[in-house]
Amino acid sequence: MEHLIELRDVYKIYPMGAEAVHALDGVSLTIDRGEFVAIVGQSGSGKSTAMNIIGCLDVPTTGTYRLGGVDVSTMDDDQQAEIRNKMLGFIFQQYNLIPKLTVLENVELPLLYAGVPGQERRERAIRALERVGLAEKQRNLPSQLSGGQQQRVSIARALAGEPSVILADEPTGALDSRTGREVLAFLQKLNREGDTVVLITHDNSIAVRAKRIVRLQDGRIIYDGDAADPRAVVQPEEAKEEAEA
Amino acid sequence: MNVTQSFKLALKSLRTSKMRAFLTMLGIVIGVGAVIIIISLGNGLTGMVEQQVDKVGINQIYAYSWGRGDGTTMNLDAQQMYDLIDSHPDVFSGVTPWVSGGTGVRQGSLEFEKTKIYGVSEAMYRADTGTTLDGDTLARGRYLQYVDVSRRQNVCVIGAYLEQEAFRGDALGKTLTIGGVPYTVVGVMAQELEELREGGSDDVVYIPYENAMEMSGSRTVTLYQVMAVSRDTVAEGKALLQNMLWTFYQDEDAYYIETMLDQVNMINAMMGVAMLVLVAIAAISLLVGGIGIMNIMLVSVTERTREIGIRKSLGARRRDIRRQFIIEAGTTSAMGGIIGILFGCLVATGIGSVLGGMLVAQLGTSGITFNATPSLGAILISFGVSVGIGVLFGYLPANKAAKLNPIDALRYE
Repeated sequence: MEHLIELRDVYKIYPMGAEAVHALDGVSLTIDRGEFVAIVGQSGSGKSTAMNIIGCLDVPTTGTYRLGGVDVSTMDDDQQAEIRNKMLGFIFQQYNLIPKLTVLENVELPLLYAGVPGQERRERAIRALERVGLAEKQRNLPSQLSGGQQQRVSIARALAGEPSVILADEPTGALDSRTGREVLAFLQKLNREGDTVVLITHDNSIAVRAKRIVRLQDGRIIYDGDAADPRAVVQPEEAKEEAEA
Repeated sequence: MNVTQSFKLALKSLRTSKMRAFLTMLGIVIGVGAVIIIISLGNGLTGMVEQQVDKVGINQIYAYSWGRGDGTTMNLDAQQMYDLIDSHPDVFSGVTPWVSGGTGVRQGSLEFEKTKIYGVSEAMYRADTGTTLDGDTLARGRYLQYVDVSRRQNVCVIGAYLEQEAFRGDALGKTLTIGGVPYTVVGVMAQELEELREGGSDDVVYIPYENAMEMSGSRTVTLYQVMAVSRDTVAEGKALLQNMLWTFYQDEDAYYIETMLDQVNMINAMMGVAMLVLVAIAAISLLVGGIGIMNIMLVSVTERTREIGIRKSLGARRRDIRRQFIIEAGTTSAMGGIIGILFGCLVATGIGSVLGGMLVAQLGTSGITFNATPSLGAILISFGVSVGIGVLFGYLPANKAAKLNPIDALRYE
């Protein structure tokens, strides 16, 4: 069976003066439909770069990335924009709602860029808002909502285009722990309903809510397996340091 | 992303920062306003000229027949002129000799030194229109008739000023001494100027032209006033007259033909050039306005970097972003254009009523109005130009926005 996400031997190299920084240093990874994967790592581990590449916001220096069977690693700006529009739903730490648009208009945006006609666009956006339980707030501006509600709006926006992958980048980072748990529970619910969710985080306690954990360090995958496995949450370097101490 | 959505968005961002939007538009407002004012006043002036001409008649042709001036007595006979006019009824509708009889009018002990004496024929008056070839009407009595002219009768038609001053408003049948000879007043012209003035166009006397020639000692008619059937036959009439006079004199210096149409065209051409220069100067302000819009749009792109990043992450292509910013720039300058048009119309009406009042009073001609309104075409073009400026100067910032890298844009604080 074809994998939904397939990274093969991906390198991302940034020239930094005389040296070259290997943000991703030979990453190969496959994710199938219906999975709930957490990509974990500390800052500088390469997880943001991985998220950019999986999210079609960036292309690998070398290696291939196939999304839904299509090689997207050599696409230009506008082709990538179309892939993002059709295949990907983003959830950001800072919600990234456009402040001067209403909740409904924000949720409609991906459909607008997909060229969905007005009536259908509205209906689909309202359905997405209903899924996150905020249909009655559609006329409000984002600033009139709490942080948790804003994050749910951004989830609705990610869902509106019915993407193949939901890509959540530190979705609880700006929320208090209770609201954060709610958002995570919601992502789990989406996954149970069949959506593929990729969660990017630095926080083990959040990562363990996924089914599978991929741990990155210095641009390499150092663990890829079941989230229930105790090794999944161990920071090898920390463990080493503790042992030495 | 469709256009109406971009347009709504543009209006929204204009509404949220009104002061800034207004200042951005100001250059366009002033530029478009100035263009509208100039065009309106120009239209007012052109309209005034047209009205003046309509009154006198755009069909007028003046044929000067001075003769060769080399001592030969050969000169065009009035009959030759009449024959030409009569043989082309589809081109000409009338002709009259026009002889200046100088001055020298008395009534009893009253001297009228400034009263002008003109010798004309009965053809000066057109029974079908009830006016003279100059467009004047009779107030009382009758005009000179064929018998008066052919028999050189001592009858005259006088202007309103003379009737008032010499006869206290009742001149018909009374006697006026012209060049030492008593003339009977048979008609009085309607008043032309708002105020009767000595030496004005109401201070005139019309007598049979041969009487006037005798009075001034000239043996020939040197000026004919010819009337073409319509504006369209003026050029043909001019050519016919030229042809005849050339054939007769074989000397270009012996005659000259002038048409009202040529004069009007010349005035209009001159005013057109003057207006063009003024509009060009005003257009500089439009250029400055366009640069102002570009500047603000560049600021706006920087301010909204994050928004651009979000939109790109959701699938906006470069052309979607570009269109959004171009429409925003176009909307801004279009609004400026609309305000400028309204402002221009308002000021033009204000200036027009003051300036127009002064001009009309200066010329002292009744029935002529100064109407400073811009043409619909000028309004539409101004609007189009202001939209065009927005789009043109919005392109660079919009392109900058379109080319932003989505990762950098999303990270922008």
